[in-house]
Amino acid sequence: MGKPIKIRAKIKGDFAEIKALMPHDMESGLRMNPATNQPYPAHYITDFVAELNGEVVMTAYWGQAVSKNPYVSFSIKGAVAGDTVTLRWNDNKGDSSEKEVVLK
Amino acid sequence: MHRRLVLKGIVALGAIAAWPRLLWASRPDAAFIADNAEDAIMAVFGQMPVASEQIKLKIPDIAENGAVVPVTVSTDLADVESISIVVVNNPTPFVASFDMGPRMVPIVSVRIKMGQSSQVLALVKAGGTLYSTSRDVKVTIGGCGG
Repeated sequence: MGKPIKIRAKIKGDFAEIKALMPHDMESGLRMNPATNQPYPAHYITDFVAELNGEVVMTAYWGQAVSKNPYVSFSIKGAVAGDTVTLRWNDNKGDSSEKEVVLK
Repeated sequence: MHRRLVLKGIVALGAIAAWPRLLWASRPDAAFIADNAEDAIMAVFGQMPVASEQIKLKIPDIAENGAVVPVTVSTDLADVESISIVVVNNPTPFVASFDMGPRMVPIVSVRIKMGQSSQVLALVKAGGTLYSTSRDVKVTIGGCGG
């Protein structure tokens, strides 16, 4: 199980702005380990999904070049107080993490 | 017995309705391993972008730390299907793609790694056509290797 996603969600007029921080190494597979002279194995989030009330509103696909501890922000139209936003990621080693917030 | 049959029918219909979406919504793995921007873009979209003034790419001109470069892409284009980011000089240029459902405001921010100074492309697929805008970013310390 991956580390928990941190979410900050705010309703701004007719949309909800979601900011998310995901603690994750996002190891590119290119960075050398000086002790072994071998690269650190690649370990990165490949898929990131946002749902509103259980319905997928955005699917993101990422490669190795998304920064360590990824931060994303995006906005969902017509989301109102009481709606549930669920964020989920999967990585290339089969880890995943999921977090839900109810909009206020 | 009859009720069970009706229920089965409903489940089957649901599966059929979900089918095209499942086919479409899969990670474009070939794009992420391509070592040049054109191959990566063709692998995802099957077309090269046309330049558009309706895309805004916000990124620093000079990135002091290539490991963390903040990027925001937004657009006035209608019927936005996806927003993608490509760093031309990265070892694998295709960085990220966001499939935007109809509920999404067409703006996304993310932090990316840049191995060296490079042209950065923001791609927006809207109404079946791929559009792009680009910026040149100077990187002082690279963010990919050791």
